[in-house]
Amino acid sequence: MIPSNFEYHKPDSIDGALSILTEWGDDARVIAGGHSLIPVMKQRLTDISHLIDLGGISELKGISIENNKVSIGAMTTQHELITNTQLAKFVPLIREASLQIADPQVRYVGTIGGNVANGDPANDMPGLMQTLDASYELTGPNGVRIVKARDFYEAAYFTAREDEEILTSISFSVPNCGYAYEKQKRKIGDYATAAAGVLINMDNDTCSFASIALTNLSDTPVYCEEAVNNLVGKKVDSNAIKKAVHYCVEASDPVADTRGPVEFKKYVAGIIVQKAIENAIARV
Amino acid sequence: MNETIPPKEERMTALNGLGTSRKRVEDARFTQGKGNYVDDIKLQGMLFGDFVRSPYAHARVKSIKTEAALAIPGVHAVITAADLEPLKLHWMPTLAGDVQMVLADGKVLFQGQEVAFVVADNRYAADDGIKAVEVEYEELPVIVDPFKAELDGAPILREDIADKKEGAHGPRRHPNHIFTWESGDRQATEAVISEADVVAEEMVYYHRTHPCPLETCGSVASMDKVNGKLTVWGTFQAPHAVRTVASLISGIAEHNIRIVSPDIGGGFGNKVGVYPGYICSIVASIVTGAPVKWIEDKMDNLMATAFARDYWMQGKISATKEGKITGLWCHTTADHGAFDACADPTKFPAGFMNICTGSYDIPTAFLSVDGIYTNKAPGGVAYRCSFRVTEAAYFIERMIEVLAIKLGMDSAELREKNFIRKDQFPYQSALGWEYDSGDYHTAWDKALKAVNYKELRKEQAERLEAFHKGETRKLIGIGLSHFTEIVGAGPVKNCDILGLGMFDSCEIRIHPTGSAIARLGTISQGQGHATTFAQILASEIGIPAEDITLEEGDTDTAPYGLGTYGSRSTPVAGAATAMAGRKIRAKAQMIAAYLLEVHDNDLEWDVDRFVVKGNPERFKTMKEIAFASYNQAIPNVEPGLEAVSYYDPPNMTYPFGAYICVMEIDVDTGTTEIRQVFALDDCGTRINPMIIEGQVHGGLTEALAIAMGQEIAYDEMGNVTTGTLMDFFVPTAWETPNYQTDYTETPSPHHPIGAKGVGESPNVGGVPAFSNAVHDAFKSFGLTQSHMPHDHWRIWTIANKLGLHEM
Repeated sequence: MIPSNFEYHKPDSIDGALSILTEWGDDARVIAGGHSLIPVMKQRLTDISHLIDLGGISELKGISIENNKVSIGAMTTQHELITNTQLAKFVPLIREASLQIADPQVRYVGTIGGNVANGDPANDMPGLMQTLDASYELTGPNGVRIVKARDFYEAAYFTAREDEEILTSISFSVPNCGYAYEKQKRKIGDYATAAAGVLINMDNDTCSFASIALTNLSDTPVYCEEAVNNLVGKKVDSNAIKKAVHYCVEASDPVADTRGPVEFKKYVAGIIVQKAIENAIARV
Repeated sequence: MNETIPPKEERMTALNGLGTSRKRVEDARFTQGKGNYVDDIKLQGMLFGDFVRSPYAHARVKSIKTEAALAIPGVHAVITAADLEPLKLHWMPTLAGDVQMVLADGKVLFQGQEVAFVVADNRYAADDGIKAVEVEYEELPVIVDPFKAELDGAPILREDIADKKEGAHGPRRHPNHIFTWESGDRQATEAVISEADVVAEEMVYYHRTHPCPLETCGSVASMDKVNGKLTVWGTFQAPHAVRTVASLISGIAEHNIRIVSPDIGGGFGNKVGVYPGYICSIVASIVTGAPVKWIEDKMDNLMATAFARDYWMQGKISATKEGKITGLWCHTTADHGAFDACADPTKFPAGFMNICTGSYDIPTAFLSVDGIYTNKAPGGVAYRCSFRVTEAAYFIERMIEVLAIKLGMDSAELREKNFIRKDQFPYQSALGWEYDSGDYHTAWDKALKAVNYKELRKEQAERLEAFHKGETRKLIGIGLSHFTEIVGAGPVKNCDILGLGMFDSCEIRIHPTGSAIARLGTISQGQGHATTFAQILASEIGIPAEDITLEEGDTDTAPYGLGTYGSRSTPVAGAATAMAGRKIRAKAQMIAAYLLEVHDNDLEWDVDRFVVKGNPERFKTMKEIAFASYNQAIPNVEPGLEAVSYYDPPNMTYPFGAYICVMEIDVDTGTTEIRQVFALDDCGTRINPMIIEGQVHGGLTEALAIAMGQEIAYDEMGNVTTGTLMDFFVPTAWETPNYQTDYTETPSPHHPIGAKGVGESPNVGGVPAFSNAVHDAFKSFGLTQSHMPHDHWRIWTIANKLGLHEM
């Protein structure tokens, strides 16, 4: 559990970080909170000779909410997501989910950017960002481009981000509807056995808007398009929910691990999604 | 001539002796980060060593190339078995009479096995060196299932002893078979069971887990070539035994070896054994001439140092129709891993597993245990319990439950019906133990009343009804457990480790001004010895606990003893402390008699002084006596006030307790919520109630971990799948329920102060309480047995197999 030797860089601007990244190419990696990267470095599962700490770049920090649009700097910590009163007021879903990530010590250091950029299917934020239909801002040597969270994840640890790009901020619209993030885990600090983020809006008995995504139930987050299509515009009763849950479980593709076998995970996914949908409806 | 004597109560309070909740004197340094652990030891010029470990569970080692590693700046040496062989240190004896490779000698037998030891300037260079050592392996077929170890065509694991028909514990029937150990009367038991009204039969598996102390194992060895003296600081639960064994193995004279156990961050049995790291740090220090440190990381610790449990216990229990138990039969298949490194008294290769008749008056019983080699890490230590006592308690407490199901009887009632009665003590068990004392019925009644047992059963029945009506998906489980521990190993006549008798010791020196230092052969790993042993002494010699320094762990200064594990410190060293105190008091009495010009017999002890009988204003305090002992010429009495006692206990002690857990179980998610845990302990005389409560909380939390999720699991290739704290369950405060503790007090009749030991009881009693709660919730659906740990997916699987997801 001892990393090999590496150079440590702490630039104070995005341009500074990009120039180091460009200079060292494959030998360099950016580091945010480090909760994923440092353990693999310690186990020498990856060999990185240049580590670029984004912690000194003030333009990567902060939360702004203007004109119904939320923008969060990549280096904003999960602790800041939890304690930001504006965010808690306008997007309580973020706070609800962040409180279920790891433990307070981890959340003081862990960042939203690191959480979404790493492409780890066990992380909570990617699924949550798909629920919110967030956009990721990627900054590279050739400027800035925007990729939707729902298009970003290709496979476990493979994303649409190019090696020389840095995920610099995340934005989404204030949802203004019912919400829930439900997660089953073995203990504090664990990744999800199954988790689901749900947004839902109702026009009387009829669902006028829905968004559902799952965490740690496939090698990427799972945006449940079919379930959403089967809810929106429909009268929402227990049958409709059951059907939506069915489509969500169909969309999942978990693998067996120490958290349990596939059939267990799928069953629990159904229970968790159902709870999340019901909670979200109750909060409309 | 004397000032007025303060009232007796006031003087007793001032002593902070037996029965007071004295605050732990250790905590000032621990809570301020001022503890001094092995890894805090930094010596001039110290090097750091670490292991190349095997990625395979079973493989031949074709070659080890060290050149590239040696070329790395900062790397001083790479030690392999070939280097150790001339010193005859490439293998070492285990505590169980087997031998274990120090470094891979031609093959590896478990994942994580030590292959080479790289010594470097620091940890970074050592790890660079480890990555540069090139080992060529040829994979071999793997045995992870002990039931497949003796099948035709099974690979032979231990080629070194393949032809040895006789092991340390008798005949071996197969190269992968270690021993068969039997206790009790097979014929009589089988006869009783075949004729019984009712027989329940079950396979009870107590899975493999690991003590996982916060601090991992480690050592710092320093060979002083000028004076020929070797000093080793290490995580040793038995420093004196380590010294003797080190001397026997290395040939260094015992007086030239100093073993020091500094502060230890939890042991739980993990630090009883001798590990390759200790040997390698010593050899490396001899080779390099510099001190060498070795410290495991958490993954090394979980993967390679001593595991616990892994007992497959096939049981049969018989009873009359009325529920009177007539016989108990058990055959255990014990998975010992690649080397038999169990830390048991030598004559007990399955520890005290034959306490498996538990708290019950079972007239006839038989136990046999087969030890088996597999491609897993060696160990089999007593994880917060006396030797194999948790396994025994879990077995009998599960068998009681399955028997109750078979009888259609409430298991609380079945227990009550079969408890050894108070008037039967001392009680001879069918498997050969003499239980010293107990009052099980009183404890049991108290526990049932405390949780309102009848009401709980009513609530459970109502919940079940609601479940059947589809109104809820949660069941209630009520887990009962009544355990009897056997601790305080132990009488030298039957307890030794590698021939070292399991007595213990205390040496006391009273200083002229009336304070004292006491040294013991044990070593605290967090138990609070410096607090509690001072309390024992305070009550014995009338010196306030605050004025008594307590030292352990340095073999150059402490008297010889066999260390701390198996709840033996209070029963054995605690007794030695009281006895040494009594020797001090006896001499003090002679001195006081001289000073008061009366006969010895004219004096009586009064809390902190000797008083002339019938003349209470004439007395000498211990403080006055201490000063006089050094500074006044007393005819026929040597100056000074010191004593040493080596205590060989006449019997074990038998703490017991009644534990009840109430649990809510969600059948759909497999999640559990622990609503109530009631733990009543009887550990005999209570030395420090606060420390007892802390020990019970800690032990219950480890029991919770084991029952509900903690395991060392292997895949079919022999890879450890639970090798980090992400997968190896250690509860945080969040997962830890509230505990309700209570006690009864049945003193041990043979212990000088009647104390029995408590630290391990909650683990012994806790695991069956938690596990029985899970089983109990599903009992009405036909569940009789399901293996631990009861994590979410396993509980879900119970519900699924019982058809509860189709309702």
